[in-house]
Amino acid sequence: MILSFQFSDITKWIHDSLSGMMSPGWTLFSEFVLAGIAMILLVVALAVILVYMERKVAGFMQLRIGPNRVGLWGSLQVFADVFKLLLKESFAPNSVDKFLFNFAPILVLAVSFMALAPISYGPGMQLWDANIGILYVTAVSSIGVIGILMAGWSSNNKYSLLGAMRSGAQIVSYELSAGLSIVAVIAMCGSLSVSEIIASQADGWWVFKGHLPIMFAFVIYVIAGTAETNRAPFDLAEAESELTAGYHTEFSGMQFGMFYLTEYINMVVISMVAATVFLGGWLPFHIFGFDAFNNIMDYIPSFVWFFGKVFFIIFLMMWFRWTFPRLRIDQLLKLEWKYLLPLSIINIVIVAFITVMGWHF
Amino acid sequence: MENKNTALPNDLTEEFVVNIGPQHPSTHGVLRLQATLDGETIKDILPHLGYIHRGIEKMCESLGYKQFIYLTSRMDYLSAHINNQACSLAIEKGLQIEIPPRAKALRIIMAELQRLTSHELWWGSCAMDLGAVTPFFLAFRDRERILELFEENTGNRLTMNYITPGGVMFDVLPSFVHKLKELLVKVKGYLKEYDTLITGNIIFQHRLKGVGVLPKELAISLGCTGPVARASGVSCDVRKYYPYDGYDKLDFKEVVFDGCDSWSRYLVRMEEIRQSIHIIEQLLDNLPEGEFRAKLKGIVKLPVGEYYQRVETARGELGVYIVSDGGNKPYRLKLRAPNFSNLGAVRPITIGSKIGDLMASMATIDLVIPDIDR
Amino acid sequence: MTKEELKKYLEITFPSNKVEETFDFPVLYADKTELFNIAQKLRDSQETLFNFLFCETAVDRLPNLEVVYHLNSTVHRHDMVLKVVLTDRENPEVPSVYPLWKAADLYENEIYDMFGIRFSNHPNLRRIMLGEEWPGYPLRKDYKDDINIVTL
Repeated sequence: MILSFQFSDITKWIHDSLSGMMSPGWTLFSEFVLAGIAMILLVVALAVILVYMERKVAGFMQLRIGPNRVGLWGSLQVFADVFKLLLKESFAPNSVDKFLFNFAPILVLAVSFMALAPISYGPGMQLWDANIGILYVTAVSSIGVIGILMAGWSSNNKYSLLGAMRSGAQIVSYELSAGLSIVAVIAMCGSLSVSEIIASQADGWWVFKGHLPIMFAFVIYVIAGTAETNRAPFDLAEAESELTAGYHTEFSGMQFGMFYLTEYINMVVISMVAATVFLGGWLPFHIFGFDAFNNIMDYIPSFVWFFGKVFFIIFLMMWFRWTFPRLRIDQLLKLEWKYLLPLSIINIVIVAFITVMGWHF
Repeated sequence: MENKNTALPNDLTEEFVVNIGPQHPSTHGVLRLQATLDGETIKDILPHLGYIHRGIEKMCESLGYKQFIYLTSRMDYLSAHINNQACSLAIEKGLQIEIPPRAKALRIIMAELQRLTSHELWWGSCAMDLGAVTPFFLAFRDRERILELFEENTGNRLTMNYITPGGVMFDVLPSFVHKLKELLVKVKGYLKEYDTLITGNIIFQHRLKGVGVLPKELAISLGCTGPVARASGVSCDVRKYYPYDGYDKLDFKEVVFDGCDSWSRYLVRMEEIRQSIHIIEQLLDNLPEGEFRAKLKGIVKLPVGEYYQRVETARGELGVYIVSDGGNKPYRLKLRAPNFSNLGAVRPITIGSKIGDLMASMATIDLVIPDIDR
Repeated sequence: MTKEELKKYLEITFPSNKVEETFDFPVLYADKTELFNIAQKLRDSQETLFNFLFCETAVDRLPNLEVVYHLNSTVHRHDMVLKVVLTDRENPEVPSVYPLWKAADLYENEIYDMFGIRFSNHPNLRRIMLGEEWPGYPLRKDYKDDINIVTL
């Protein structure tokens, strides 16, 4: 059964009923509040799913079962973890910089929430359709570095400082490659707006349409994205066996919970951007010419497609974490500056050439 | 005497002193390393020991010759059988008795199985120290199966006390040979998997190649033995040069590499696993029948003199030095622990490198701290 | 060289020192003043080349203390034992062999910790296992500790 209504019908209904009840200013305000609540619920749902997924995936890769005591198949494990974090005492050591210490987790969390705004989850399901959507996401994620450095510095701990410095250097370097890979698609597509990028993939995802340069850009983006979120094999900043948790050593209780949550939300943001830009967003998988196949693919709702792609990339990132050892800081930075960045630049030049010549589909 | 315990410089302000340990996930025991760092580079390292010093040597001076064996398996508990074998051989040397061939064969099988489990655990924790968590579980899967075999046949999983003066404590179960053969086939299959997963992984190779270089002359001067020395080109396998218990009749290679860095130490141990499997297979095919223990008197008294016995544990040369005054207790027992000298190698190979390299070097030197402290 | 050949060689090269043998190795007794020179000769001369100090320990033979060095040559594959007898129990002192074999660093720390024998010219002599505040030297035969040691 094809869903015979669209998401815009729901939003129109809400808008009409609210403007019937209140003045336009209040309507706008209540719509903001509703959108905010929807976002928060989405983030909470994603966090719950992701934490559970990480532990189960890790368990299966390590020949064990993973959580299976709390709830059916361990599904309530996340709630138990959150409950534990809430019950812990969230204290600050005496000699920390009080304002920065308390502000750092809030900053990183707020920044990762902000990055979710322009992403499109389905046709019409978008919080903010800006014409600089992708640029906004990259720009806002960069602010997170300040939060990490704040956390490391204000902890008044040699280990935390070392970890924060390492992390800062790493994130700032890998943003370049990540940005340049996205620029490859934007060059071919011609617009920064999220909805237009998705619309331009109606006849095929960029990863297939753009051939080799875009596939290459996709691979570079996934690598750079893993490095940006401080996930293994680039997790030197929180390497447990070296510096005992790095920049968030001194945080406990819910403040640590906020850093933990931020790591997962960042992973989601990176995957969402990759799914949108390279894998067609909420568009289904069509093979040119197979109309029957395409019709079947259309039955599956678009947000299922979107989240399917997002979780596929998240699964890739988790797979990396449990397979590879970690890189040393100088090897990490060498990888970026000597290998990924020059390759990205060459890639961009090729893509520009292809676009100007009109050689793509 | 001035206090030279700290290695602090007098006038520099950029260096700071950091304690790695004693509670740290990757020092493999309770070892405190006082590291003087300049940014990421290590300027000096001073190891502090004694957190698990139990006074084994002093305790053994008040126990009989058949009793002190039980304490020695707790030294390097990952080579427990081999520790017992060393002490038993020292006592048998003093008493000048011959042990039956079945006992010798069983001793070698247990010792080589022990070496296999020790290297498996080293492999898992080496990969874990470098960041890959999954190999730890894979290694323990194999180790669990071998420890099950130990439990069935010797009674215990970790500190077995199976090898005693005169032979072994009990005979093995009839199903032992068959089960062990099946297990070895599986382990050989897993080794191929481990090679693809870790040995062939380029990140791993880059973390270990060129890191923690120990030149050959320095290795000899520091008294390093075992895989640490053999990776620097020093040929020092006790099983070849001072054979005991029938090792001279077996066919196996001594694994010596020339690389002197952590990667060579890694390769040496991986190859030693294969050699251990080869030795066990040779013995399983023709296990001699007969007695499993020679008769000893009730109270054992060694003649007056000094006796030194060396064996090759998983980590190097273990020496047992017994000074006897003719009584029924040893007058002085000195245990020459392989990890004690290998600890001396930590300082020269890590000065000038980064903290990540310190972890990689420590992971491949493979220290077990209770052996150092005894 | 085998044990007998080595024993003869030691008797010829060091005529004024006592040479004995234990079950495994020939033993050379040296005085503490000539210890360093003898050790250096043993390490450097071509017939012996003892470059590997594999065990250094001390034995408390009442009333003397004895420092025992086990030496091995990785080139000729022979071993011997070098012993120094100290008669002074209050302030025993021996020159350190750290300049010859770096392994002596940790061994001599342990001997100082357990027996109280000081080593001169040692780079960093400290009580490595028990800590600086421990009273007495446990491995000596006249060590009394009524709280921790329970005699059977």
